[in-house]
Amino acid sequence: MEHVKEFFAGERDEGHQAVSVSSKRTDIDGHVTGRTQFYADRAFAGMLHLKVVRSPHHHARILSVDTSEAEKAPGVVRVLTHKDVPKNVYTILCLIQVEPDDEPCLAVDKVRYRGEPIVAIVAESEAAAQAAVAKVKVEYQELPPVFDVEEALQPGAPLVNEYHGQNYFKYEGHHCRRVRFGDVEKAFATADHVIEERYQSSPIEHAPTETTGCIVVPGDNGRYVCHSNTQALFFTLDNAGLILATPFQKLRLIGGTVGGGFGGKVDVIVEPLAFLSSMLTSRPVKYAYSREEEMQVSSPRAAERIVIKDGVMKDGRIVARKITLYVDAGAYSRHTPYGTTKAAAHMPGPYSIPNVHVDAHCVYTNRTPSSAMRGFGVTIGDFALEVQMDKIARLIGMDPLELRFINAYRDGDMKAHGEVAHGAALIETMQAAAELANWPVSAESMRASSDGGAA
Amino acid sequence: MSAVQATKVRGRGVAAVNYPTGMNLGGDPSQALVHATTTGNFVVTLSSVDLGQGLKTVMAQICAETIGVPIDTIIVDTADTDTGPHCMGTFASRGTHRIGNAIIMAAKEARQVLLEVAAEELEADASDLETDGKGNIQVKGAPARSMPVFQAALAAHFKHGRTVSGRGMFMLKRSYPVPETGHMRPSTCYAHACTVAEVEVDTETGEVAVLSLKSAYEVGRALNPKMVEQQIIGGAWMGMSHALYETTEPYYPDRSHGPVDFNEYLMPGPGDLPEFQAVVLERPSDDGPFGAKGVGEMTANSPIPAIANAIYDAVGVRVDSLPITPEKVLRGILANKAAGAH
Repeated sequence: MEHVKEFFAGERDEGHQAVSVSSKRTDIDGHVTGRTQFYADRAFAGMLHLKVVRSPHHHARILSVDTSEAEKAPGVVRVLTHKDVPKNVYTILCLIQVEPDDEPCLAVDKVRYRGEPIVAIVAESEAAAQAAVAKVKVEYQELPPVFDVEEALQPGAPLVNEYHGQNYFKYEGHHCRRVRFGDVEKAFATADHVIEERYQSSPIEHAPTETTGCIVVPGDNGRYVCHSNTQALFFTLDNAGLILATPFQKLRLIGGTVGGGFGGKVDVIVEPLAFLSSMLTSRPVKYAYSREEEMQVSSPRAAERIVIKDGVMKDGRIVARKITLYVDAGAYSRHTPYGTTKAAAHMPGPYSIPNVHVDAHCVYTNRTPSSAMRGFGVTIGDFALEVQMDKIARLIGMDPLELRFINAYRDGDMKAHGEVAHGAALIETMQAAAELANWPVSAESMRASSDGGAA
Repeated sequence: MSAVQATKVRGRGVAAVNYPTGMNLGGDPSQALVHATTTGNFVVTLSSVDLGQGLKTVMAQICAETIGVPIDTIIVDTADTDTGPHCMGTFASRGTHRIGNAIIMAAKEARQVLLEVAAEELEADASDLETDGKGNIQVKGAPARSMPVFQAALAAHFKHGRTVSGRGMFMLKRSYPVPETGHMRPSTCYAHACTVAEVEVDTETGEVAVLSLKSAYEVGRALNPKMVEQQIIGGAWMGMSHALYETTEPYYPDRSHGPVDFNEYLMPGPGDLPEFQAVVLERPSDDGPFGAKGVGEMTANSPIPAIANAIYDAVGVRVDSLPITPEKVLRGILANKAAGAH
């Protein structure tokens, strides 16, 4: 991999001795020889295993739960329902004042997605826990589900989440996160072309090598130690403390060595139930997702639907961009209200467009809750924006890279979300890519620069 | 041209993106503590998580650079909430930038104590001393007057009664979006990427082979160039997989036929991987450690639309929904043929 040094040479200090150096990874020997200890490599005498009873329905009322057979099953030590969880209903981002609490640790009177946990079984072995899961009898009354984000926003659509009272997250009283910059309608009226296109993605899985999991062990002085592969130790500790109504001082998280996260281990799902089970049994408890749970029950990247309407001049200038974006949160908020705001802030992409209008909706449906993933709020937006740029170029008969040079943001430009751009480098990055891939670019574009040089 | 060759058509597409560092809409603090032991090592104490991307290594490099000592004398102790100070977490491409800044602050404070102790030992002024990056402290311009860092650390403890230690913190004031306009400060600096993808589409089956991904990445500062390269290659692979293969809901918004293992959840295998070429640019950020920006997440993004655009260039089919499966491409080819037949 080559470092292209001629760009921004005057802005860099050289002569470092420990950074800008490809020093060998400090932990790589352990990783490639199998010596690295991950949470699951720890063994504790008397460790119990936790498995959960999951909803087979996308949307249903729970009429009754009968755990009597499961409690008598061989190896079962404890059976937990929502009644055992001190503060059962929570939302992860309550730590940054996101409201309302909208998700039960264990379902109460309703399930809102297929795979939602209802009962937790703690047993001497994984097999015993799994066998007892099958003995729990749950009576359901199925309810009509809604899976499509735009259908979910129609009047009369089934209500997914009663804690919200409507199928979308409210942003300070608004039905979506808004960005308003200039006047798009006025600009559309004077544009040479108006092009409106629709984009869609499906959920994807983080696919970490190591599935989500933890082991909680009773410690000294009435404390509990959780060995976890979370991406955020204190975030997990604080949420677990709130759910368990336990002083934070009683809890300890140990981790820091993780076999792949990609955003999937920012949720706080396994730790609270493992803590609670360890507290109730005074024994170590392990709760680890199977690969099937990792793929179908743990949060995926949200599906997004994005409609982009652009006003374009014949010379390639984009004068207006209106974006309607729907993020499919699934049944519960988790991190999606944040990701939707991040998606709105990212628009209209790395371009300076004088008129921008964004409505970004965080929508609830009866599917596995989505949450953070690599490129949170940005990846799907970039797919839509950059295919749109290609379409615009074809429409006006311009090279797609030239179109980007014309519209690229530079230092000093005002962004749609009200920040003045600085440290821009899109133009130089495109120049370097064009050179690498032998993509023909005009001399004028090759001379342009992000810090205000010629265009 | 034979009939077999004629079913494979090539095309090229381009995409350019930028990517925000951090999660400033929730407040974004992280802390670090640094102290010298009497072995001559320095310990960086964190509660931050290494996801396999190499966070521990980069944090050691940042500490070594700041104090001016060899990297193998830095011990990164993470992650335990009983011993490590608070970190928001490893996400939002924030680790290198946020935690790195906290370590620089802590390491500077520790370095100052180290130099003050050495100044007494060397009978010099602390401001006249420097570290040589190899484990010694010396008088600027007079390297003969020097002492090992190890000896200074020992002297601090046993003779001078001082701790060679420092406290570091990085926090951005939380930004609250203005509800009416969306005015906000969602992040700090931005990294950049541009990818040119070349594909070959089989017009009989709709299958897409990615032949090459050629990209430029602007990363602020590559603190460990080899690990930046690893992120770039891994990210490009993930982007290609996202574009053409992966989904947990193949018939979205229908919930049926969800895969439950890697036999059903499709990803490219080694034989499907394209030729990778990448170059790196550095425009240092004004607030990052040695100018670094967060690049972890961004590397997956530009390949996706570049591949979609290359498919259009090859066969004139727009697939505006991910993943771009052979079925969708083939339906597009057939629809174009049908339209052309009229």
